[in-house]
Amino acid sequence: MPDVDAIVVGAGPAGAAAALELARAGRSVYLLERGPFPGSKNMYGGVVYGRILDTLVPGWWDEAPVQRWVTRRATMIMTGHQALTVDFRTESWGRPPYNGATAYRPDFDAWLAGKATDAGAVLVTSTTATGLLRDGDRVVGVRTDRPDGDLTADVVIACDGVNSFLAKEAGLYPHTDPANFTVGVKETIALPREVIDERFGVRGDHGVDYEIVGCTGDVPGGGFLYTNTDTLSVGLVLSLPALAAGGTRPEELLRRMKEHPAIAPLVEGGEVKEYSAHVIPEAGYDMMPELSCDGMLVAGDAAAMCLAAGIWLEGVNFAIGSGAAAGRAAARALQRGDTSNEGLAGYRSRLESSFVLADHRKLRDAPHLVMSDLAQRQLPGLACGVAERMFRVDNPEPKPGLRRILRQELKRNGVKVRDVVSHSLRALRTFG
Amino acid sequence: MSAGTYPEISFEARMGSVEFRIDEDRAHITVDDTKCRDCSTRGCITACPANLFVPTADGGILFNYEQCFECGTCYLVCNREGAITWTYPEGGHGVVFHRT
Repeated sequence: MPDVDAIVVGAGPAGAAAALELARAGRSVYLLERGPFPGSKNMYGGVVYGRILDTLVPGWWDEAPVQRWVTRRATMIMTGHQALTVDFRTESWGRPPYNGATAYRPDFDAWLAGKATDAGAVLVTSTTATGLLRDGDRVVGVRTDRPDGDLTADVVIACDGVNSFLAKEAGLYPHTDPANFTVGVKETIALPREVIDERFGVRGDHGVDYEIVGCTGDVPGGGFLYTNTDTLSVGLVLSLPALAAGGTRPEELLRRMKEHPAIAPLVEGGEVKEYSAHVIPEAGYDMMPELSCDGMLVAGDAAAMCLAAGIWLEGVNFAIGSGAAAGRAAARALQRGDTSNEGLAGYRSRLESSFVLADHRKLRDAPHLVMSDLAQRQLPGLACGVAERMFRVDNPEPKPGLRRILRQELKRNGVKVRDVVSHSLRALRTFG
Repeated sequence: MSAGTYPEISFEARMGSVEFRIDEDRAHITVDDTKCRDCSTRGCITACPANLFVPTADGGILFNYEQCFECGTCYLVCNREGAITWTYPEGGHGVVFHRT
């Protein structure tokens, strides 16, 4: 007899959701966490989209540890000295059922893991799963770094994060290409609440999320800036191969973005309270591993279920969605007494019919588009150049007309019309 | 205050803002820098966000595991098989984030 019905490795949002569903189905489940508390190893680029929680934790917005509700969502395109911002705000995202919230992951993840333990899951912190226990090809448990730390179960759910050594050990990742990953770096900067309200034009518990393109110098990537209650989070997401090829170091690129005339007035005077870094599975659908094998499922970042698609940057919701689906599929397989790969196949079909794989499949080309030289360098130069010419008054010269401006700016930024057309068609296929 | 006068913190102060519960008994990452000597890329040096890889005068690489974010960047960019041995720290040790 195994020690327990199910072992979930990693008490982030995927693992907590999986353990919650298993416990609710009446299964005995260990939820292992290598940090001293859930969320202590976790960091992200800023917004939790809560719709996936509506069925999992009804009324979640009354109790989740939220910093601010995002009611302003801005996309900023910048060059060294210019910035063009599309700035959307709606008060409807500031009241139930809300849309997205900023949160500190150590708070949020611990809260969600608490839901799993309330339902009966056993949370075991400060315990690293060091490998798989196998019977032939079948996963039958995990080895941990506790004394006598072998734990057996009918099913293991690997929610062990972007580096998922368990998924790799199980042979579910064919290869690990650094081009599929980015590294995120972030500063949490303290400022008085009223100063944040004033600088960002928000009140009460409303907040702002900026996503920024054209701010990463010689390294493809993007930036973000968002408001917490009395801190700002400002960071960058950077391509690993470009960094490794001798690109400017992450903290220097971050320093430069914070000095940009569009950013400096927002962040200046704040004290850095915490610096952090984390790797992101950037390539989405095309880097996903096999999602199951005999005795094991993979969910969350461990399965590369992080959406880095330019205007959409989401991860926690995909982790919760995939983790909950894994928990339900595992509970069903346990009920039928078949946790083989075939018995666990319900997991993939659940994901196929939900946003988790549907969004990823639809947006599979988005990471390539976003990281292209056109999107990274040429289009920001073009967009800002056109805006500057449009709004500049060159009296006594008459206004030049948009077509002439476009032609000149295309040339000045070295943008080929055929590249714009082919990228636009790809973008239309992807985002349309 | 104009752009460019933002008081930037030193790298030491930056890393000093992070809590690390250091395991004095075991280095969770080890570097065999005999494998690094003929490596021309040395991506770890620029990519490691904690700046833990330092080139030495004799062509090797000095590595310190203590202020590691456990992010995985170094082994992902390393192109010398066996140069970096990468595991997680023992449970409860290593980086502990609070406001991320």
